[in-house]
Amino acid sequence: MSKLLTVSPSPHVHSSDSTQKIMYRVIYAMIPALAWSVFMFGVDALRVTLIAVAACVAFEYLIQKYLMKVTPSVTDGSAIITGILLAFNVPSSLPWWIILIGALASMGIGKLSFGGLGSNIFNPALVGRVFLLLSFPVQMTSWPGIKLASVDAVSAATPLALIKESVKNGVPISKIQGLPDLTDMALGMNAGSLGEVSAFLLVLGGIYMIWKKVITWHIPVSILATVLVFSGIFWMINPEMYVNPVYHIMAGGLMLGAVFMATDMVTSPMNPKAQIIYGIGIGLITINIRMFGAYPEGISFAILIMNAVTPLLNYYIKPKRFGGQ
Amino acid sequence: MLKTFKIGGVHPPENKLSKDRKIEVLSIPSAVFIPVAQHIGAPATPVVKKGDKVKVGQIIAQSSSFVSTNIHSSVSGTVKKIDFSADSSGYPKQGIFIDVESDEWMEDIDRSETLVSEISLDGAEIVRKIQDSGIVGLGGATFPTHVKLVPPKGMKAEVLLINGVECEPYLTSDHRLMLEKADEIMVGIQLLMKAMNVDKAVIGIENNKPDAIELLSEKCKSVAGISVVALKVQYPQGGEKQLINAVTGREVPSGALPIAVGAVVSNVGTAFAVYEAVQKNKPLFERVVTITGKGVSQPSNFLVRIGTATSELVEAAGGLPENTGKIISGGPMMGRAISSLDVPVTKGTSGILLMKQEESKREEIIACIRCSRCVSVCPMGLEPFLLMTLGEKQIFDRAEKEKVMDCIECGSCSYTCPSNRPLLDYIRFGKGKVGQIIRSRKK
Repeated sequence: MSKLLTVSPSPHVHSSDSTQKIMYRVIYAMIPALAWSVFMFGVDALRVTLIAVAACVAFEYLIQKYLMKVTPSVTDGSAIITGILLAFNVPSSLPWWIILIGALASMGIGKLSFGGLGSNIFNPALVGRVFLLLSFPVQMTSWPGIKLASVDAVSAATPLALIKESVKNGVPISKIQGLPDLTDMALGMNAGSLGEVSAFLLVLGGIYMIWKKVITWHIPVSILATVLVFSGIFWMINPEMYVNPVYHIMAGGLMLGAVFMATDMVTSPMNPKAQIIYGIGIGLITINIRMFGAYPEGISFAILIMNAVTPLLNYYIKPKRFGGQ
Repeated sequence: MLKTFKIGGVHPPENKLSKDRKIEVLSIPSAVFIPVAQHIGAPATPVVKKGDKVKVGQIIAQSSSFVSTNIHSSVSGTVKKIDFSADSSGYPKQGIFIDVESDEWMEDIDRSETLVSEISLDGAEIVRKIQDSGIVGLGGATFPTHVKLVPPKGMKAEVLLINGVECEPYLTSDHRLMLEKADEIMVGIQLLMKAMNVDKAVIGIENNKPDAIELLSEKCKSVAGISVVALKVQYPQGGEKQLINAVTGREVPSGALPIAVGAVVSNVGTAFAVYEAVQKNKPLFERVVTITGKGVSQPSNFLVRIGTATSELVEAAGGLPENTGKIISGGPMMGRAISSLDVPVTKGTSGILLMKQEESKREEIIACIRCSRCVSVCPMGLEPFLLMTLGEKQIFDRAEKEKVMDCIECGSCSYTCPSNRPLLDYIRFGKGKVGQIIRSRKK
């Protein structure tokens, strides 16, 4: 025979799926929440997102090409996700140069110093976010004012910050002025980082990702269930000092974290049992920080801490083996 | 709810292009090459020499140990030489070359079409007949059937499972056989039941073959102890351990044989071969082979004499398409890519798949994003991403602890990996090495 045949081991067919497609599905899932933030916070939200995405992609390209001297892999879409998630985690009023620093921390420290896509231990967007939170606490917690539907006031503090401050000063929760109600919180009529405000649209993105098999239910559900149960116990003990569990779920970055940050494939465990333990850990740490810590918000730290535990979970928690004891 | 196995699985496009094509008898080639090792176990020893005249069905190589089996001539003619040539593994294997002259069968073979449904032999005689007739598992594993029928000491078979799943995409040989030889298969199953001394048999068929399910269910009505179970279309439903799990709910323990849970699995093709051997006195020298592929002008199912070159099949199906990039002996998930059309059809050849140039290349490998899809599709509950790394880094003791030997090499992990990582390649490597280590430890 004149023609050469390809000889390779089985399997000889491959599913039509690719890493790039998975990444783009994550991006599609974030679009509703992004659109809402533009509606809420105006062009500023778009500005922050575009700068963050452009910076993440550019930093990845430059570092890979000139520092690591490898073929840049920016087309896989993962840098775009990091950019959007970083933007989702900052106030829409953040100056451009702080965003650049955040993007550099995300890509340089969070991702590429570990070797790039797939090798990083910590969620890159959260590394950037926490880096900024510790370096620029003022800018990172100055929220642009918005008009609330439920109370006739302009608020510039996040609901969680408001609660934390009031409880510290001995004001019972029912007496706090300017606290948005649950409907506002679910829809996203409250102050906060630009992507975290609408719990409803974030859940929508999560359902899309579960439907498209990008993620499974284990991580988000175990986080939310843990938060409900754990904060519910405290709420039942004293509802004036501890806000009700549903409020916890709607408030702050919890939904964003549970749906988009904790489910980051690279930094989360790789089998359902370990994923549930990971989710429970995130839920517990989050509520602990929210109730007893110095910060009003705790999901970022909780996820980073559990990211660090992930290799251990992968090592000790094994999937159910076929025919095992 | 259709029955299925509990863990993992994938669903590749089925592409059963030849499912409506009746089995045709392929014309006898002018020469054949019959390897003496067509089964798992010791190769058979040639008992003919150059220049000998042989008839169809005559033993040309004798079983050399218990786990081995006889090889029969598939044609009549003159032994040209006994030499080495590549089989589907790509390695040169010993075999017998025969130049064909006419088509003269051994006199004791019953060539009529009449169905012989009365069983006159007892269990031990049936096993003997199966052993003499060179019957092996025709699903592809080619394990000598008589060995399976004799359980190890202290174990007892409770149920016979007949594998009519055919979960590999493209392949239709079992499907056609079930439709066209249902009565013979039913008798074959009864023979196997008698040989094993069990009173229960279950035929498992994937739900994409409703006609076969209906036909065999109908046949089962008149036979006691045999039933049909429709199974979900999910690869690797036809894996031995998966089929047992789907039908009985039992899990074959890690490292054990199906008999440990009282099950013996045989393919429908094997059941048919058993019928022919026992009732018609016809040894295994031909089988049904699917020839298929997206570029093939007439995807077909042929009854082929063992030893026929792949090229003959390709010609009969309309010739080799211009843009053929890969030729696979077997299905696309577990089959072997062959390097030449001279490779002969053997007892384990269920199909020949011609893949186009554009289908035959692998995509670029990129970094693992730890999406854990390989973990969720693994039907054995293993962690392919980890086993790959352990193979790559040659950490064999850990690979053994992580149950690399449980891998059934179904390829679901590599199939599903969005980063196109060659998971199974490295797992196979690790499995091979760990197997060596285990064997050397026993010595």
